[in-house]
Amino acid sequence: MMRRAMLLAGAGLVLIGAAAARPVTYALPPEKEIILPTGAGGELTQAQCGACHSLDYVQTQPRGKGPQFWKDAVGKMVKIYGAPIEPGDADAISLYLAKTYG
Amino acid sequence: EEEAGKAAGLADRVTLPFANGERPLVTYPQKRPMIGLTVRPPQLETPFSVFGEGAITPNDAFFVRYHMADIPLSIDPAAYRLAVGGHVKIPLSLSLAQLKTDFAPTEIVAVNQCSGNSRGFSDPRVGGGQLANGAMGNARWQGVPLKAVLERAGVRGGAKQVTFNGLDNPPSPGIPDFVKALDADHALDGEVMLAWGMNGEDLPFLNGYPLRLIVPGHYGTYWVKHLSDIMVTDAEYDGYWMKTAYRIPDNDCACVAPGTKPDKTRPIGRLNIRSFVTSHIDGAVVNAGTATEIKGIAFDGGTGIAQVLVSGDDGRSWQPAALGEDLGRYSFREWRVPLTLGKGDHRLKVRAVGRGGETQPQEPRWNPPGYMRNVVEAITLRAA
Ligand code: HEC
Repeated sequence: MMRRAMLLAGAGLVLIGAAAARPVTYALPPEKEIILPTGAGGELTQAQCGACHSLDYVQTQPRGKGPQFWKDAVGKMVKIYGAPIEPGDADAISLYLAKTYG
Repeated sequence: EEEAGKAAGLADRVTLPFANGERPLVTYPQKRPMIGLTVRPPQLETPFSVFGEGAITPNDAFFVRYHMADIPLSIDPAAYRLAVGGHVKIPLSLSLAQLKTDFAPTEIVAVNQCSGNSRGFSDPRVGGGQLANGAMGNARWQGVPLKAVLERAGVRGGAKQVTFNGLDNPPSPGIPDFVKALDADHALDGEVMLAWGMNGEDLPFLNGYPLRLIVPGHYGTYWVKHLSDIMVTDAEYDGYWMKTAYRIPDNDCACVAPGTKPDKTRPIGRLNIRSFVTSHIDGAVVNAGTATEIKGIAFDGGTGIAQVLVSGDDGRSWQPAALGEDLGRYSFREWRVPLTLGKGDHRLKVRAVGRGGETQPQEPRWNPPGYMRNVVEAITLRAA
């Protein structure tokens, strides 16, 4: 495990090209898509909530916080971060999140 | 927890000690296996056992926090420029080579801790990154004083604040860019630093290569990574990440009654005092009747650690620990104490006292964003 990690670490950071331009590049591991549980509004949430960040932002939130927690979270994405989500869709997503994560 | 996870056939996963705390152990270039919080942008928490390895957190185990998913993935150190502008006499564009040769280098050992470190323990729980205690680290930073660079540019009279921006960008145009501000006199205090080196090596890419801001004694939110733009302003900077985000209740404890909202807030600032046991995990079994050496770390916002007190009886009596090497007042301070426990379960507590008299609260303080947790930590040891 450690050994593999170190080999990867060696491969991940690369000095490209000759002396003149030598950008240091960083190879992020490929992103595995996170699939949300099925349910009414699930596909919409999957499509809208993974645009700006991975869906682990959603999955790792505390559970059982109730519908207002999710309404506020979705509202923040729309109002503060400019998520292009229609009000009706935002409601459907909030409901899905409250139902799925409590 | 890690071992338990493996035994249960869940290799490469850990379970942090709060509800919904299951996380993958992930491997990234330049990093050893880390606790994966999010993948886009990458957010990596340090496995707590690392803090038992020594006072300095190794580069390959140092935590990673980003806000903006559009992170730089290719940086040419020869073409890299740091712009210094705004309310100055001569705007500058400095290469890394100029920074390294035109100014007297300096170094400092300092703790970088995420404002939301330990947020997962908030009760009631709050939204945001659900971290255990691993979003902190202590390193020896090499660079130049920000003061020297600002003086080269010549700060004009009436300067109020200095803002800092890095090469990471919002992934969508409606998201406010991550820009932070320090008051001008703080920026000019001679301690705030532009660092390219960390523990004698270049900054790891995800920790801000090739240059980041070091703000000793202050929360990590100010330690802007991939630093590219410094602007001196003649008015209070009012960007989202200062004016709305990263705010704490404007009172002495930075706290409110759990579940309530503060009526007035201020930007988060200095670290409060904390201490941790690093030699034993909660539930560890030790030998009864003989001395067990308990070890750990303590740190504060820059007065330095005066004393660490350890209790083997749930806080009824306390004994002072011996402090380890002093690496500077912004550093982790190691401590150790021999403890002899009779057969049975014992609640072990640790509490640090700063040189300014600050100590840790017995009960957790609470605020809506889940910042600045510093309750007295407790673990149970079973003596058998
Ligand atoms: C237009 C961009 C955008 C979209 C679309 C978006 N988010 Fe976010 N989200 C953000 C940003 C920016 C952050 C802050 C990231 C950080 O600080 O690490 C964030 C953070 C979060 C967080 C962490 C808590 C917090 O407030 O920082 C949650 C939970 C979250 N988003 C849920 C969602 C959900 C649910 C949706 C779909 C309704 C969604 N996001 C869609 C931009 C977006």
